[in-house]
Amino acid sequence: MSGKVLIVAEHDGAKLNVSTAKCVTCARGIAGAEISVAVCAVDAAAVAGQAARLAGVGRVLAVENAANAHALAAVLAPQLVALAGPFTHILGPSTTFGKDLMARIAGLLGAPQVSDIMGVESPTRFRRPVYAGNAILTVEAAGEGKVVGTVRMASFEAAGPATTPAPIEKVAVSAEIPTHTRFVSVSAAKSDRPDLQTAARVISGGRALGSAEGFKILYSLAAKLGAAVGASRAAVDAGYAPNEMQVGQTGKIIAPELYVAVGISGAIQHLTGIKDARTIVAINKDGEAPIFEVADLGLVGDLFQIIPEIERLV
Amino acid sequence: MKRILVGIKRVVDYNVRIRVKPDGSGVVTEGVKLSINPFDEIALEEALRIKERGGAEEVIVATVGPADCQQQLRTALAMGADRAVLVQADGVVEPLMAARALLKLIEREQPLLVILGKQAIDDDNGQTGQVLAALWNRPQATYASKVELAAASARVTREVDAGLETLEVDLPAVITTDLRLNEPRYVKLPDIMKAKKKPLDIVPLATLGVEQRQQLKLVRFEPPPQRQKGIRVKDAAELVEALKKKGLL
Repeated sequence: MSGKVLIVAEHDGAKLNVSTAKCVTCARGIAGAEISVAVCAVDAAAVAGQAARLAGVGRVLAVENAANAHALAAVLAPQLVALAGPFTHILGPSTTFGKDLMARIAGLLGAPQVSDIMGVESPTRFRRPVYAGNAILTVEAAGEGKVVGTVRMASFEAAGPATTPAPIEKVAVSAEIPTHTRFVSVSAAKSDRPDLQTAARVISGGRALGSAEGFKILYSLAAKLGAAVGASRAAVDAGYAPNEMQVGQTGKIIAPELYVAVGISGAIQHLTGIKDARTIVAINKDGEAPIFEVADLGLVGDLFQIIPEIERLV
Repeated sequence: MKRILVGIKRVVDYNVRIRVKPDGSGVVTEGVKLSINPFDEIALEEALRIKERGGAEEVIVATVGPADCQQQLRTALAMGADRAVLVQADGVVEPLMAARALLKLIEREQPLLVILGKQAIDDDNGQTGQVLAALWNRPQATYASKVELAAASARVTREVDAGLETLEVDLPAVITTDLRLNEPRYVKLPDIMKAKKKPLDIVPLATLGVEQRQQLKLVRFEPPPQRQKGIRVKDAAELVEALKKKGLL
């Protein structure tokens, strides 16, 4: 079985998201794949043009509809299902856009979905992380019927530019588009500090900070380093930091260049959330704390002395 | 009656260190603490709060899984759910099968809202809510961080990559929960006693007319690559020096 792959483009109406180029790279891992990219938009020309210039893309399908002004899963899914007929694989990015949409498509098709594809072993066999990356699972689809997938962003490079752009076809799809779901607004997350999920540097505090007041020394150091601030679940449960700052399996799973764990003992569920960080620094008064097992650099001592000292030194 | 249906899943507790079985057939679950999936606890908490505000009259909690999932349903009843349904199914429960079973319960109970966790922390599929909404042909509002219920619609704020998105969905609808939505209550001892008297129905999957079916074969589980052991530094100055050397400061 080779593949006829349909990739659902993620975009904001004007610009193609890099997530789509990563999906193309994933799709190229399917031997002999013919790759089409679907762009659902009000006016698809600009985005379709960008998709057509990705190496590996065979053609771009422009699906234009006034209802496509915002990427609503309930609105997009029936249009993509109407397009899906000839395809063996339907892929989208494992971003909030793709995760929301692709499973709805899978539901409408009654097809299996492979979430967070990190490797393609054959047209039917894929690798994906489970248990928040504490295990890697290889799954195999039966080979008859379609496979829907979301592509893990950290596992694939973006496809490069094509030498000649792929043809763009405007397609009219016949699909019943629901009106039961309506876009109201979107607002960028508001914070003076960098976003925890995407920051290159993250400083997190644990229960040893002792209070919400205690966290101030982290905010101060973070401001100097341009870092985001996170917290362990224990610190969140104790009320020292809001839930949105929680790093770990039940919070945010992050992969910064530098992660500094301050007064965090290193419960499993926390370690799960940081294990893809490039460099982990642990500062803790207990030299036996499990956090030191994963730390690249460990410092045993009183955080209330060490943190202000680091701030003076950098 | 205005009902909310909450779907929960039993998973390996988030505090357990996951170990892959040496034969690669799965992860070790024998003798390991099993709990309600944390995102599903948030779903239940939200349903209870809606009921406490007068937005619903009954909260039904349901799961699809083996007989001993009753324990997690009892915990959900102790949290405050009014009754529970176990759709008994052995073997792997894929999102599509779980959604088909939940759809049968929806047809029976006619809820105005179905709330699920955004994903389970075992298989990390993150599909069931969306698949259910698709099968039901109703709206979905995933990754909810705020839910405001009106008579015939709900306004849901969603945590998306771009920030916060607000949708308006007609009821009935499916909502899946993100972390920021609420902090689930702790169960108190008297509530555990009370929960023993609450109704818990056991319905075999087959009697719902849903086929036990697995579309993805689980070929092999492997442990992830391990991190190299690091070094200790003696003070802040040495730490800053080491980070500068790595080009991190």
